[in-house]
Amino acid sequence: MSAERRNIISQLQRDILSLQGLKRLPADNKFQFGLGPIKDAFPDNCFPIGAVHEFITAGAEDAAATGGFIACLTATLMRNSGVTVWINSSSAIFPPALKAFGIEPDRVIFISGLNQKDSLWVMEETLKCEGLAAVIGEIKDVDFTASRRLQLAVEQSRVTGFIIRQQPRVATINSCVSRWKITSLPAEPEEDLPGIVHPRWNVELLKIRNGKPGAWQVTWAAGHFEFGASPVIILTAEENRKIG
Amino acid sequence: MQKRFLTIWFRYLKTDWLTRRRPALVHTPFVLAAPDHGRMIITAVNIPAQKQGINRDMVLADARAIYPSLQYMEDKQEPSGKLLQTIAAWCIRYSPWVVADPPDGLILDITGCTHLWGGETTYLTSIINRFKLMGYTVRTGIADTIGASWAIARFGKDNFIVETGQQEQALLDLPASALRLSPEIIERLHKLGLRETGSFIHMPRSALRRRFGEELLQRIDQALGNKEEITVPVLQPEPWQERLPCLEPITTRTGIEIALQRLLESLCKRLQLQQKGLRVACFKCYRIDGKTQQIETGTNRGSYKVSHLFKLFELKLDTIEPDLGIELFVLEASKVEDAPATQENLWEGTCGLADIKFSELIDRIEGKIGAGHIHRYLPDEHYWPERSVKPAVTLHEKITMAWNTDRPRPVQLLSIPEPIQVTAPIPDYPPMNFRYKQKLHTVKKADGPERIEAEWWLQEGQHRDYYVVEDAEGQRYWLFRSGHYEEGHEWFIHGFFA
Repeated sequence: MSAERRNIISQLQRDILSLQGLKRLPADNKFQFGLGPIKDAFPDNCFPIGAVHEFITAGAEDAAATGGFIACLTATLMRNSGVTVWINSSSAIFPPALKAFGIEPDRVIFISGLNQKDSLWVMEETLKCEGLAAVIGEIKDVDFTASRRLQLAVEQSRVTGFIIRQQPRVATINSCVSRWKITSLPAEPEEDLPGIVHPRWNVELLKIRNGKPGAWQVTWAAGHFEFGASPVIILTAEENRKIG
Repeated sequence: MQKRFLTIWFRYLKTDWLTRRRPALVHTPFVLAAPDHGRMIITAVNIPAQKQGINRDMVLADARAIYPSLQYMEDKQEPSGKLLQTIAAWCIRYSPWVVADPPDGLILDITGCTHLWGGETTYLTSIINRFKLMGYTVRTGIADTIGASWAIARFGKDNFIVETGQQEQALLDLPASALRLSPEIIERLHKLGLRETGSFIHMPRSALRRRFGEELLQRIDQALGNKEEITVPVLQPEPWQERLPCLEPITTRTGIEIALQRLLESLCKRLQLQQKGLRVACFKCYRIDGKTQQIETGTNRGSYKVSHLFKLFELKLDTIEPDLGIELFVLEASKVEDAPATQENLWEGTCGLADIKFSELIDRIEGKIGAGHIHRYLPDEHYWPERSVKPAVTLHEKITMAWNTDRPRPVQLLSIPEPIQVTAPIPDYPPMNFRYKQKLHTVKKADGPERIEAEWWLQEGQHRDYYVVEDAEGQRYWLFRSGHYEEGHEWFIHGFFA
């Protein structure tokens, strides 16, 4: 393939990205998530902000791990004295624990005890509010129409949204930019010392629009991500298709 | 400005009310009677019965002797007070200051109201006609003082409007009871042959006080306007209130929306001029059938933005039932606070808790899903995990102590710890395995114990020894043993770590 043709293709890819609502971030991107090798999976090599991400969890343990991982990402987004809205329908987030992930818990507004319909309404309204750092919604089922509405909201406001789907009945097709699955991993002992040191997760990126899905083993320690030496697993095309 | 008062006297309040409910009784003479000392005494009479010569306080048997086919009903005593309050609330369209005067009167402060109807005569005619249409026979009086208007309404002969300063002339010919005196004083006056007000009103005050007491002097002063009379209105007028009467009854949603928009515009203009912001507002719709529909809304931060407040009300507009139509809209701001205009420009564009856009968002959410769902947490000075956070009262409440981070805390905390079965070496080693929700978890790594004492000044109970444990799958839990090993102890799971 000639260099000229490659240029055209990359230009077209970028155009498609912006048409899909993923605006290019300015060069002086102030959000450094420290995602290391995960960054390579994203289009343009940077974590898509101003988009809706979907997380799938199986049980309460997974939900806690997912909450921790999202909190790490949100902490970066909140650095600018931002406010986060956390719509928790069932689970009870314990605010003091968020501090360990770098979030000021008093700048998180929790909206709890809502049914699915109200949760979606609140999520859409909050995503429309410019200036919020992030919106995290625990919503069981998000169909295509609902996710499309959320996507349209963030395209205007550039707010980052996270949807946590606990034990979803079906892995429906939706318009979220990515789909993640976070599970706990045994913590790596430090020089054979007993005890539990740092949270460690298996981060699976099941779906990413215009990116390369994969899986990584991540440790959250001293305010940043650490990546194990374990090889990066890139999902095969067949596996990709299964996930939809 | 000289004060003007209107007194409305419902001469047949109870019977008119009954006739309204049972229109078949219009031309039938009927009375209400209540038992008294073993007899039935008539307490209320309707007009046809009165024409037959039946009056109040007659014994029912006597009345039936005069007019054998007289119908009677037992007087339940109840509706009068409530009924009068309802009518008083309805009268709010004629004056903001309406006082119920039991048992059968209303007093309206009409200062500055009558010109809206084109003068006192048309104002009075409008009121009388409205009541006539509703089926109430009323007598009215307008004067400078409550006392004089009361007297004119009940005892006046032809002219029911007393010009400013003329109340003394108007009172001279009226009987003594027109001054709202107690029966004993009236009896004493009658004994002395003082039947008309004019015969004693100019007597020396000291003589009147000696013979009849302070009450008579007070009533005379009140009637002549020498002494202010203090009354409590049915509805306290709000300082931040806007009213919109309608020529035609409004029945459509569009109409209600237009009314709301107009009221908000004028109220917000006033608020903005005085640099105030609205916190709690109430939108009331007075229907032509005398019922009131209202919706309330609140904001987290003083606001005078029409579009925002309109959106808040819009969420609840569906609950208004216009029925036959709404003839008066009232918008009240029962709580306002300072909202300096300069602040707005300063905060616009930032994205903190103090941001206007953010508090507007919270207002909208609260309006839709109701209060009690939105929480913000601050640290509290307790070690007991459940008490270590407290809900913040406002969005702007400052954090007073730092978040405690020296001990690990789980991301998800069960609101009530759940009991688990545990195998643990004695005396205080971490568990080897535990069973939670029918699943056996083998503990691979553990940290602890972290002992948290029960706060005995708040609750009784045993201390907790907390362990952070990790099972074979790498999932991390927060477990605790309640109490010492030797005594009766129990194991619980209290949270999940990330």
